[in-house]
Amino acid sequence: MLSYAWLILLFPLLGFLYSALVGRLLSRRSCGIVGSLAVGLSFVVGLAVFFEMLGMPAEARSVELPLWSWIVAGRLSVPFGLLLDPLSVMMVLIVTGVGFLIHVYSIGYMHGDDGYARFFALMNLFVLAMLMLVLAGNFLLLIVGWGGVGFSSYALISFWFKKPENASAGTKAFVTNSIGDVGLLFAVFLIYLTFGRVDYMGVFSEAAGRLPFDGAMATAIVLLLLVGAAAKSAQIPLHVWLPDAMAGPTPVSALIHAATMVTAGVYLIARAHPLYLLAPTAMIVVAAIGALTALFSATIGLVQPNIKRVLAYSTMSQLGYMFLAVGVGAYAAGMFHLMTHAFFKALLFMAAGGVIHALAGEEDLRRMGGLWKAVPGMYVGFLVGALALAGFPLLSGFFSKDEIVYAAFASQRGSAVLGALALVTVLLTGFYIFRAFFLAFHGASRVEPEVAHHMHRPGGAMTLPVAILTGLSIFGGYIQFIGGPGAIDRWLEPVFDRYAHPVPLVAGAETLQEPLMVVSVALGLVGIVGAFLMYVVFPGAAETVGGWYPGLYRLLLNKYYVDELYSLLFVRTGRWVGELLSGPADGFLTEGIVRGAARVVQGGALWLRRLQTGFVRDYALAVLAGATLVVFYLLQVGGIR
Amino acid sequence: MIAPTSHYLILSAVLFSIGVVGVLVRKNPLVIFMSIEMMLNAANLAFVTYSYSLGKVGGQVLAFFVMTMAAAEVVVGLAIISSIFRIRASIDVDDVSSLKG
Repeated sequence: MLSYAWLILLFPLLGFLYSALVGRLLSRRSCGIVGSLAVGLSFVVGLAVFFEMLGMPAEARSVELPLWSWIVAGRLSVPFGLLLDPLSVMMVLIVTGVGFLIHVYSIGYMHGDDGYARFFALMNLFVLAMLMLVLAGNFLLLIVGWGGVGFSSYALISFWFKKPENASAGTKAFVTNSIGDVGLLFAVFLIYLTFGRVDYMGVFSEAAGRLPFDGAMATAIVLLLLVGAAAKSAQIPLHVWLPDAMAGPTPVSALIHAATMVTAGVYLIARAHPLYLLAPTAMIVVAAIGALTALFSATIGLVQPNIKRVLAYSTMSQLGYMFLAVGVGAYAAGMFHLMTHAFFKALLFMAAGGVIHALAGEEDLRRMGGLWKAVPGMYVGFLVGALALAGFPLLSGFFSKDEIVYAAFASQRGSAVLGALALVTVLLTGFYIFRAFFLAFHGASRVEPEVAHHMHRPGGAMTLPVAILTGLSIFGGYIQFIGGPGAIDRWLEPVFDRYAHPVPLVAGAETLQEPLMVVSVALGLVGIVGAFLMYVVFPGAAETVGGWYPGLYRLLLNKYYVDELYSLLFVRTGRWVGELLSGPADGFLTEGIVRGAARVVQGGALWLRRLQTGFVRDYALAVLAGATLVVFYLLQVGGIR
Repeated sequence: MIAPTSHYLILSAVLFSIGVVGVLVRKNPLVIFMSIEMMLNAANLAFVTYSYSLGKVGGQVLAFFVMTMAAAEVVVGLAIISSIFRIRASIDVDDVSSLKG
């Protein structure tokens, strides 16, 4: 079955082609079914590959699958090749599994939209690109997938392109991601310079031999990779695009901007861990960026009025946790959180989408309230997702977040500061998500009467995926305990122990594990209770507290003015450079050269036209002179004898 | 007794030069045509001379070609001159300079 793993890529490709070329002409309704089916079939193939790999010995679970020779130039030969190993298979299962549910959900959510076929074409294209990204066996193919997800994300953010703000949100995402793409490209250039090859297995097995430990080259490579990862995963300082990306349809937010694409950065760092482990200084940067982003975006999430934006900042915050995990060398913990986060964040987005759908597009928390009776399925889904996100005991997020907090303290690359940041974020997380929950579903209804009149329950296509993800959010954490604790660590062990030694824990750290768990659960509960008090028991308390610190409130509401800062620093500067170029530079330099050339020709012609006298005699004389010269020349060289 | 070849060639050169000067200095197109005819016939004389002295007929054949061509050229030229005269009531070649740059 392993050699048929390319089928995983083929189905979304066919689905994309069907919706883009055929389906929109034949039957638009079929696009949703075909699109969902394509991703579902990929998931089935992914499962088959997973089970076959499970039966193989641990050392053999890393299979290169070159499909065809792709780029051959001089010494460089890059196949269009896939790498199947526990890490990529885990990502495939997450992408196609959650992706399938979201596709099914979209059938209901996008029902009746003018761009129905285009939507599913782009969603399938995204899944194809994402699978290419995670299955790539070398850095070049990774870049292809990387660019592909960037494009489909752009196209889907601007899906309702008739509104100018949606179009500009897409552009913002694309531009910000391009900065990351440049970083990734340069990292790959350096890798090629150092190793003369770009395939993962070759590079990683030679890494320790070719790159001096903590040397400048290793640090440069991984920092450039980090630029790419931070842009894709919306980490400081390249985070600005993700909140605006919520302009896209809600299933897009769930699939691309919560569950899959934004985790590509985490995947990249986990994939390139043999390089990162050679650059401990850069790993500190990764962990610091992760911890700061986690805290920073959680604080913004506290005050945002838009339900999708709260979830967007929450996503950034959770991605910060994952960066923190991979930054301290706890790769398996990071991947575990990536998986559970995909479950519960997709669930939160879908439940929020159900609410938005029922309210005919209303996203403002200030115009919701008391919705639990109207959309009970979404209410339960959101509640479970929020509890999992807040790390409520025995739900999925509890296990994975706990591992990360523990790793932040216990890893030799971790520190008390990183751990403290992670703990504070736990408190904020519990508060902001339950603020959104209580504002949306409890209290008095603030829904506008006109909207309330037309409110309808979401249909089966939307409710069923929410129910499945609710189950996964509750029980997903127990995947870690199949066959004894640490199942995911054991599954990923062949990947992370293959080329490098894992980061050891600080001696005696085990004693921290249980106290930390208690503290983090307690902090999460404090956050939840705080939100309950402020928004249910004493409604109006939030305004009072906001009134105490108006400056801080405005700072958070305006997202620390980062957008304004960037617009001042980069947009203004860019405009200024543009005006300089279009004004003086273009006027003097370019125009000068172009007009100068024209003037020279014109002047020369004015001078030369005098030769054209119009008198027959002059022309005859010129002919005579020419003939005479020719004759003399021939006499001279002896042409005439 | 036939004169030596060089005499014929000198005569040919003299005729040709007279023709050239005539084309360059005269204003009346009819006279210019006559001068051109003189140059052509100077060339014919040279052709025939060489043909005789080298014992080959090729030069004489060429002389007939030149005559034919000269006749055609005169026909076209006179047609042009007469239509210019019809428009301008003058055939002075210096007046015909509207293609001046």
